[in-house]
Amino acid sequence: MHSSWQKALSWGILALGFAFLYVPIIVLIVYSFNESRLVTVWSGFSLKWYGELFSDRQMMKAVGVSLRIAFMSATSAVVLGTMAALVMVRFGGFKGKTLFTSMITAPLVMPEVITGLSLLLLFVSLDQFIGWPGGRGMTTIWIAHTTFCMAYVTVVVNSRLREMDQSLEEAALDLGANRLKVFFLITLPIVSPALVAGWLLAFTLSLDDLVIASFVSGPGSTTLPMEVFSSVRMGVSPKVNALSALLVTGIASLTFVGWWLMRRQEHKRLADLQAAKRQQEMV
Amino acid sequence: MKAAAERKIWRPGRSLVIAVPFIWLLLFFLAPFAIVFKISFAESQLAQPPFTNLVEWAEDMLTLSLNLFNYKDLVEYDLYLKGYLTSIKIAFFSTVFCLLLGYPIAYVISRMPPHTRNVCLMLVIMPSWTSFLVRIYAWMGILKGNGLLNNLLLWLGVIDQPLAIMHTPTAVYIGIVYAYLPFMVLPIYANLVKHDHSLLEASADLGAKPWTSFLRITLPLSIGGVIAGSMLVFIPAVGEFVIPELLGGPNSIMIGKLLWAEFFNARNWPGAAAVAVVMLLLLVLPLTLFHRYQARDLEGREDA
Repeated sequence: MHSSWQKALSWGILALGFAFLYVPIIVLIVYSFNESRLVTVWSGFSLKWYGELFSDRQMMKAVGVSLRIAFMSATSAVVLGTMAALVMVRFGGFKGKTLFTSMITAPLVMPEVITGLSLLLLFVSLDQFIGWPGGRGMTTIWIAHTTFCMAYVTVVVNSRLREMDQSLEEAALDLGANRLKVFFLITLPIVSPALVAGWLLAFTLSLDDLVIASFVSGPGSTTLPMEVFSSVRMGVSPKVNALSALLVTGIASLTFVGWWLMRRQEHKRLADLQAAKRQQEMV
Repeated sequence: MKAAAERKIWRPGRSLVIAVPFIWLLLFFLAPFAIVFKISFAESQLAQPPFTNLVEWAEDMLTLSLNLFNYKDLVEYDLYLKGYLTSIKIAFFSTVFCLLLGYPIAYVISRMPPHTRNVCLMLVIMPSWTSFLVRIYAWMGILKGNGLLNNLLLWLGVIDQPLAIMHTPTAVYIGIVYAYLPFMVLPIYANLVKHDHSLLEASADLGAKPWTSFLRITLPLSIGGVIAGSMLVFIPAVGEFVIPELLGGPNSIMIGKLLWAEFFNARNWPGAAAVAVVMLLLLVLPLTLFHRYQARDLEGREDA
């Protein structure tokens, strides 16, 4: 059915799409090794901007803050998101399910300025009335990030839960295991690749967020994107290129590892399934 | 039937699993909107917190003061009206460009053998996992007056004067399409990959040209993915702040930027809240549309 010109057209479209997506990133990385201060004129290979980056104490402190927040947010988002996914896939109907579903889907698209402002006003009002969370800082950023990351985790875990074969859970229940045991011993291991993927996604989303963090952060909790943004506003600087290159390669390799782990698990699962089928046929 | 019978029994574990994420979302996602709405009727003041209380209890008198100035400002200053219109216009055309670029990509990937398909899909998703800020920053170096694009075009002899792209709406369009393209490709791909090819074969057997089959079978069937993808681009793009701030100029003042300025520069919190309330009202319809398709997907219903 595929004629050769159709094939050429397909590859042409893909090549164009990928060029659009990747050329800016590659250019950015290449110019982080540029000797010159002028980001667009190549004057020789140099690592000096990386050196300057690592001696920038303020930037390094922001890296620490961001990594800690991302780690905490991703972890709590995975716990809450998995619960939410379980509720949506396995719990059938309950009062308020429509509201629940809309609170899961809306954060996926809600403009960040609205989310940021509304959470800030919530924290300020809470402070006014119950004296918690006691000013803005890491805790408020953590709460904000957990809330929007949780929606993404729910989507990832949700699709895995729906694809999974429920007969194993049913068998365990029939054999007398209680639900909690079934969940931790059977369901959780099966959906674990989705948990890893969800965690990684939440981690990168949190690490990357500028707008929401700007609203809900306080003195002493400046995150990396906030630091980068204030220096980028002044114009293009090679130090930011160096940082960007490190960020991009770091996150890309993290993503790749996650993807590879998921694929390996998937292959293993398919192989097991086929082995089981063969055994069944033999009997 | 088994499930229905089980549902009747009250299980504390079940309620707990529902309650924890539910209460979290009520408190940290829904309640904040009510507070934004409330504070949009307050007055800005130089104090901590920088807005007045709506309800005052003094000398046995309960006073409720609703201040409509913030909304009056929105109507009276051209800047806001222009901001909303520019945002909607830019978000709309960016969505169209994303669709024109993203649909063919999703289509081609969905027709590949499974192995290549996974690799290609991964390549589409990967940029959206790397820092958003960094990717917009990359375009600053490319688009500016003495940037790479101008240098390349000058060197090729296509132009003899550098193009002024940076700080124009064009730069904002490029930034938004670039940043949001993967969000358009994914849902369309997820839809297309589920299609049953026997329909296309049948229509080909009956003599339909591939183009006709596409328009009358594939495209209508994929409308769910198109709507989901379009809303994933349109809604956040309306409130976009980083892209117009870094790439845009005086002709691309979007509402997200005005809200930011109202909050961080003018320190007028109630004013920013009013801007947010009106933006939310404008987004109610797109949000409902998105929710309908996304909820169907999350609940695994196939009646698309």
